[in-house]
Amino acid sequence: MNAIVISAVLGVVMMFCGVFTNSKPAVRTVAVIGLLGLIIANVLDMGGYHFFNVNVRGMLAFDVFGLLFNTIAFAATWIYFLLSGRDMERVGVNLAEYFALIFFVLCGIAIVSAFNSLLMLFLGIEIISIPLYILTGSDKRNLKSNEAALKYFLMGSFSTGIMLMGITLLYGVKGSFNMDVIRAGSSTLTPMLAAGLLLLLFAMSFKVSAVPFHFWTPDAYDGSPTVFTSFMATIVKVAGFIAFIRLFEGCFGEMHKQWQLLAAIITAATLFIGNITAVFQQSVKRMLSYSSIAQAGFMLFALVAMNNTAKEGLIFYAAAYSLATIGIFAVLLKMKDYTFEGFNGLAKRQPVLAATNTIFLLSLAGIPATAGFWAKFYMLSAAIDNGNVMWLVIVGVLCAAISVYYYFRVIQAMYFKDGEPQEIETSRSFKGLLIVIAAAVVLLGIFPHWLINQLYSFFYL
Amino acid sequence: MIPVLLIVIPLVSGLLAFLIKQEKSVKVWSLVTSLITMVVAILGIAVLHKPEYLQTNVAWLPNLNSNFSLTMDGMSKLLCLLTGIAYPGIFIATWNSTYKNPHQFYALMLLMQTGLLGVFVASDALLFYFFWELALIPAYFLCSIWGGERRVAVTFKFFIYTFVGSLLMLIGIIWVYLHTPDHSFAMTSFYKVNLPGNTQGWLFWLFFLAFAIKIPLWPFHTWQPDTYEQSPTAVTMVLSGIMVKMGVFGVLRWLAPVLPVGLWGYGDPAATMCVIGMIYASFVAMQQDDLKRLVAYSSIAHMGLMGLAIFVTSSIGIQGVMIQMFNHGINIIGMWIVVELIERQFGTRKMSELGGLAQKAPGLAIMLVVVALANVALPLTNAFIGEFMMFNGVFSSKASNYHYIFMVVGGISIILSAIYTLNMIQKVFYGNTSSLTANARDIRVNEKFVLAVLLIGIVIMGVYPKPMIEATKHAVDAIYSKMFIKLP
Repeated sequence: MNAIVISAVLGVVMMFCGVFTNSKPAVRTVAVIGLLGLIIANVLDMGGYHFFNVNVRGMLAFDVFGLLFNTIAFAATWIYFLLSGRDMERVGVNLAEYFALIFFVLCGIAIVSAFNSLLMLFLGIEIISIPLYILTGSDKRNLKSNEAALKYFLMGSFSTGIMLMGITLLYGVKGSFNMDVIRAGSSTLTPMLAAGLLLLLFAMSFKVSAVPFHFWTPDAYDGSPTVFTSFMATIVKVAGFIAFIRLFEGCFGEMHKQWQLLAAIITAATLFIGNITAVFQQSVKRMLSYSSIAQAGFMLFALVAMNNTAKEGLIFYAAAYSLATIGIFAVLLKMKDYTFEGFNGLAKRQPVLAATNTIFLLSLAGIPATAGFWAKFYMLSAAIDNGNVMWLVIVGVLCAAISVYYYFRVIQAMYFKDGEPQEIETSRSFKGLLIVIAAAVVLLGIFPHWLINQLYSFFYL
Repeated sequence: MIPVLLIVIPLVSGLLAFLIKQEKSVKVWSLVTSLITMVVAILGIAVLHKPEYLQTNVAWLPNLNSNFSLTMDGMSKLLCLLTGIAYPGIFIATWNSTYKNPHQFYALMLLMQTGLLGVFVASDALLFYFFWELALIPAYFLCSIWGGERRVAVTFKFFIYTFVGSLLMLIGIIWVYLHTPDHSFAMTSFYKVNLPGNTQGWLFWLFFLAFAIKIPLWPFHTWQPDTYEQSPTAVTMVLSGIMVKMGVFGVLRWLAPVLPVGLWGYGDPAATMCVIGMIYASFVAMQQDDLKRLVAYSSIAHMGLMGLAIFVTSSIGIQGVMIQMFNHGINIIGMWIVVELIERQFGTRKMSELGGLAQKAPGLAIMLVVVALANVALPLTNAFIGEFMMFNGVFSSKASNYHYIFMVVGGISIILSAIYTLNMIQKVFYGNTSSLTANARDIRVNEKFVLAVLLIGIVIMGVYPKPMIEATKHAVDAIYSKMFIKLP
């Protein structure tokens, strides 16, 4: 509960912050400090310090899983603020409002990681989506940004409609929005229930950009200002997965076998289309949006396997994927040319940027001794443990091998090709932060449980 | 203690080498640290052979039941020794080569050594996988930055090939792990797994692919000649001398004892691949004009024989493989050194442009002839004993119905290897001198030194192989007994 209330309040604070001061560093500092407070409040929530005792009447249920995810999402956002906060200034004049909108998104994330009623799910998803529509279109003078925002908004509303229909059908069957009620006594799929399940599956697939509901993603990600693409493609996307798995485990966990194949097919299609299309991209930004689809395919393994390994793995995947992608986007933001050629010879001019970027790319490709390896390891072992979907595992690793192709193209450009000198301004603190993140990626790659164990032992032993 | 040192010394020295910007000092630094590694390896083999010195077990991932556990048995010892000796040898032999950004080159070389040694001493499946991949990353950068003209594309192919193989192996590892009695990645637990026959069958292929790509066996060998040709020679030496042994080693340690039924069931198709590869590679080698490609294809043929001896299972054959892994490593590094010397002096590797070197550079000629004869397994050279044991194993095998055919076809490839090797000697060293070789000079002292050490080693091991046979005896028995216990 701490996170939901405080993030909403912080959003309001940021809005007023824009009224009282025009100093951009001041706004940024308030946002960074506020978010730090939010993280601390959420961690305290995990430890049993609840600041707000609101009777939610069973509509929200706070468990360790959701709170742990909140912590990771907020921490990733915090790193994102530090790395890319400065670049938000270049988008437009309404810096404080951008921060406010991001805080509202975080509020939505805190809701979808804790919902226990389909109404709250709907609210959470909408609270996430609407600020994002605005952020996508925040580069007002840019036609592509406007187009992306409109496309995103139309497709988003459409999928929200589908989700509402699904919720309605479930309500029709069970007479309640509460997930406990919906789960109870439904071990076989009746036609109504199946229709509701399908609609929800499609709507959620849209939100996490699973194939064949992914068509909005490349355009929206490519069109929106890069600094917000970074946020959308990482934190928001993994939040969608938390909602997805929470919803399907909560409502349809008992009849998992009946829809597992469908989920597996969506997963395989997502992996395949995402990876194959990413191969053909010429712009790194667009490649990253397809890569986000491809990575979504791996996160969908959690839905297919639906066991404890998968849930633990999803948390880990969220952290590993967000850290690496935020890092790459932060480097990309400093570039003027987003094509692969733009990266040519970066290693010579900016060895630190190139080296850290390489670690992030290796992590996304899932090479051992980076966090990304464990993310994939968990997903694969969850699916192998499940045992029914070995074909999907094989598809998964083949697609992972394809992903090496486009991730390594960036590495090749940076290290093995000579390019035109491109002016890149970087501050010392920016580089330092990149090094710290890269070190964290490697450290998590060698001791993946260290972080989680620390959190657990801090509060429960 | 010893295995930890073997990993830590190259790791730390490799990381530190990134900071040494001066070419001379980084060369000295890498040579000295690799010599220390060698001394530690020899210490572990010859002096401190109590088990407590050769084992380490530290908790690493308690949640997954995976430990940082390292063990050196007979097979690991031989390969650690090979790696330990090869590295200083390579550094000395390529002392006169210059690289741009030398500190990065030597740092990556040392990091690769970390991965290689880690593979050979890891006794935990997950740790093994870690090192297996970690050896690949430095190799990727080494070949892509310092290689020849087509380096980027060629190395990329190499990387993707091996990466696909490793990921398939990862599936296999996870599967076996989930079926171990105590849910553990430890080697001992892996050896206790008893899976049904058909499961072992498809798991066999997952592991097999990873190792077959690395070895490389036909038809997964296509990355190898290009990569060997395009890489800087020092890296080629490591790749062909040590890294491909990872594949053979993997089969012996992680495939044969874990999935014996799968290996018995699919040994024949796998052995057929090996045999086809031997003949095919020998014929291709005969057509080559480029020295590097010739050696590369001859290496495919020799590695194919090792694969054959494993998949047509027999105790003596497996022992032959272990010994041959070491000897092939020594011999092929010797070959590369000679090739490198020729290329550096004349700027070409084409046999058609060389000739008559024997008069101009007798030292070089003697060295090459001995190394080349060892490569074709002439008696009294080190490779003879290994190949003899392997053929003996294939001949006496009871596991395969076709072992006579394999034996005959394999024998033909040995004859072919004599043909192309002698042909190479003739073309390069005899005949008339060309315009390039008219002013050839003999080799330098450091090169002479390394080659002389190699030659002495080749002859000693050829005449008196008993220590190696004894060192591997126990490891062979351990593996072979595992393969029989689990027969249904």
